[in-house]
Amino acid sequence: MKLFADLYAALDETTRTNDKVAALERYFSAAPPEDAAWAVSFLIGRRPKRLLESRKLAEWAIEEAGVPDWLFGECFNAVGDFAETIALLLPPPQSSTRLPLHYWIEERLLPMRDAGDDTRHAWLLEAWRAMDERQRFAWNKLITGEFRVGVSQNLVVRALAAWAPSGHGVPAETIAHRLMGEWQPAAEFWEQLMAPEQKSAEISRPYPFFLAYPLEGEIEELGAIGEWQVEWKWDGIRAQLIRRGGRTFLWSRGEDLITDRFPELAALGAELPEGTAIDGEVLPWKDGAPLPFAQMQRRIGRKILGNRILAEVPVVLVGFDLLEAGGTDVRERPLEWRRAKLERIAPNPTLVLSPVVTAASWEELKQRQEESRARKVEGFMLKRRGSPYRVGRRRGDWWKWKIQPYSVDAVLIYAEPGHGRRASLFTDYTFGIWDNGALVPFAKAYSGLSDEEIREVDAFVRRNTIGKHGPVHAVKPELVFELAFEGIQRSSRHRSGIAVRFPRMARWRHDKRADEADSIETIRALL
Amino acid sequence: MSLLEIRAAGIWCAAGDFYLDPWAPVDRAIITHAHSDRARPGSRAYLTVREGERLLRAQVGPDAAIQTVEYAEVLSLGAARVSLHPAGHLPGSAQVRIEHGGEVWVFSGDYQLAPDATCTPFEPVRCHTFVTEATFALPVFHWPEAAETIAAIEAWWRANQEAGRLSVLYAEAPGPAQRVLAALDRCIGPIGAHPGIEQFNRIYRGQGIELGRLADHPTLLIAPPGTARAANASTAMVSGWMRIRGTRRRRALDRGFVLSGHADWPALLRAIDETGAATVWATHRHGAALARWLEENGRRAAALETRFGEGEA
Repeated sequence: MKLFADLYAALDETTRTNDKVAALERYFSAAPPEDAAWAVSFLIGRRPKRLLESRKLAEWAIEEAGVPDWLFGECFNAVGDFAETIALLLPPPQSSTRLPLHYWIEERLLPMRDAGDDTRHAWLLEAWRAMDERQRFAWNKLITGEFRVGVSQNLVVRALAAWAPSGHGVPAETIAHRLMGEWQPAAEFWEQLMAPEQKSAEISRPYPFFLAYPLEGEIEELGAIGEWQVEWKWDGIRAQLIRRGGRTFLWSRGEDLITDRFPELAALGAELPEGTAIDGEVLPWKDGAPLPFAQMQRRIGRKILGNRILAEVPVVLVGFDLLEAGGTDVRERPLEWRRAKLERIAPNPTLVLSPVVTAASWEELKQRQEESRARKVEGFMLKRRGSPYRVGRRRGDWWKWKIQPYSVDAVLIYAEPGHGRRASLFTDYTFGIWDNGALVPFAKAYSGLSDEEIREVDAFVRRNTIGKHGPVHAVKPELVFELAFEGIQRSSRHRSGIAVRFPRMARWRHDKRADEADSIETIRALL
Repeated sequence: MSLLEIRAAGIWCAAGDFYLDPWAPVDRAIITHAHSDRARPGSRAYLTVREGERLLRAQVGPDAAIQTVEYAEVLSLGAARVSLHPAGHLPGSAQVRIEHGGEVWVFSGDYQLAPDATCTPFEPVRCHTFVTEATFALPVFHWPEAAETIAAIEAWWRANQEAGRLSVLYAEAPGPAQRVLAALDRCIGPIGAHPGIEQFNRIYRGQGIELGRLADHPTLLIAPPGTARAANASTAMVSGWMRIRGTRRRRALDRGFVLSGHADWPALLRAIDETGAATVWATHRHGAALARWLEENGRRAAALETRFGEGEA
């Protein structure tokens, strides 16, 4: 556990990529294989299913720390991180532990899920009392599952490839592929991961997704439009549909196996040729067009999918790439080749081929971008003709070119402290718009301001608080911000009667007074 | 409140007709220490401890009328008897003891209980009412031993030196920057100070406080927060706020070292205890939490809204 806690601290302590890779390599060299497998699993963002309610964890930590509930709450507001708050509040350890990471995970952490409260409580105290502050912090992070440490999957893959022992290099792409799909963190997996190239026996394993960067600069800088294949940028769930060994697997980009959530696509899989992998977007779809994404959210939220919801919100896979054909990895084939092959598979009611948008010039394409909202898409995807299907987020061959967001001017009415690196600062804001002379809450936004602006708003909130509800401060309605957002919908769950997607602060309107902010009528006009 | 009350210009003592660290110009100001949130220019007369006169002058201007006293020297101001006592925060930093009509009040300013070679150590003063700072008044704030922090800074510096990297250590001045300068081991390598630090170093040296040698080509540079970004440098900061991971990450620092000119939670409770005060007023962000804790533990307490800053310390 000490090695792992030191790794966590080392990764956390530097913003330099090379130092992070070096820390990972040091860890892989020192840790036993069963520990290393678990470390990789956590570092790339996998986590065990919920082990313990946060409420219980807080209750036991409060008891062990000997502070009242309210003071724990104050501390959490200042620290902004649950696992860290607990680590900082616990009394000094009574002993120390030399037990390795995999012991703590396999013998204590995972069995917690099925253990009774008394056992869980005893195990937690056992761990806390044997661990120093660093180890407790890492341990609490493992339990709460908020294990983020500023390391991307790409970085872990890079460190693994660089470290690969005994002279036989394993290419980073191979490691990335081996880390996909279902696997059990154990010494055996670690050996497979680091083994020389071999045929994989794992039939469910998806390919790493190729991710586009947002377009930088002017569209004309991409060269001739003829070098690019243009598609609409669909607003759904990115997914890979795989048919192998007579079974169907649907993977989300977050690498969750979501086959069960979409019976239509499980049925589609059964009709695909053996050894097929299609990359696409799962979309709610009716009468040849997408439904609003909010409809999909209704469906995602359900544990049991009844016939009614399946009929109301049917889904399709809008397919745009083919990664495997006839059991062969075809990612290195040119885009046109993969597309042609996909077109031959596609004719199916639940597999829609993502249409290619034609335009004779960039100018014409810009015109056509205005159709985006009516089509319920986010803009365009630009794919370089002749390009392979790459691994992870890469510049150059795929670009996303999104439409300008909607925007309104709204007034800051509530603020609450943020979390993580924004702890102890008021960074989470609620904005109001005018409705009959009163400000009604309209949207929450957390991002878009510079650190300098955040400090200014924080100081404003502290000086202009007019009421408190727990950590939420009501503030004098004075500051106006331009909010940008993607989608807009009627909603009975919001007081303004309107729900927006991805609201964020586009800029601070120092030039506007609160009474000059937008009103509900202006916003309804956007519907 | 009775001996002290809040007015537009700051905290005022009616019996003595003076202000404590006023936030606007007044006729007579008693200054607890020379940080800019406490020592503002424009008042007609200032009173402070002799040890802090030069630092105060640097804040309020060369022509300001500054009267000085020794620690514990008793003055009669109007009907009040006033004396200043060490707070351990800066050279000349003081708690203000005010006695009138059989009542004793102590106004703490900012204070700190651990050893600091650059200033006179904190002394508890018995009183009926204690006005305490509460910058770090939450139990998550407990400081490691200063020696432990200094050793951690030295280890970081040594490792950077071996990697051929400059170490840039951000520290507030006056205060933590000089405390660190005085404590670091010069055998490791040459240390330099940013001009924003050096302007205060001169004052320290001028009154005989030893800060150690400085070099022109340092491997460790002490600089005010937010200055001196260098390409091949590792950056770190000393401050009590570094106790929280988020505040360090927000500044994109490589390391955060916990060392503060303010009392941590256990020290605040100990200091309050040692005053024997029946009533406590707590200033600063976490004043309400401290007051509630004290109330729940059998003392009369309340939070007090002021305009004192919380700095980088």
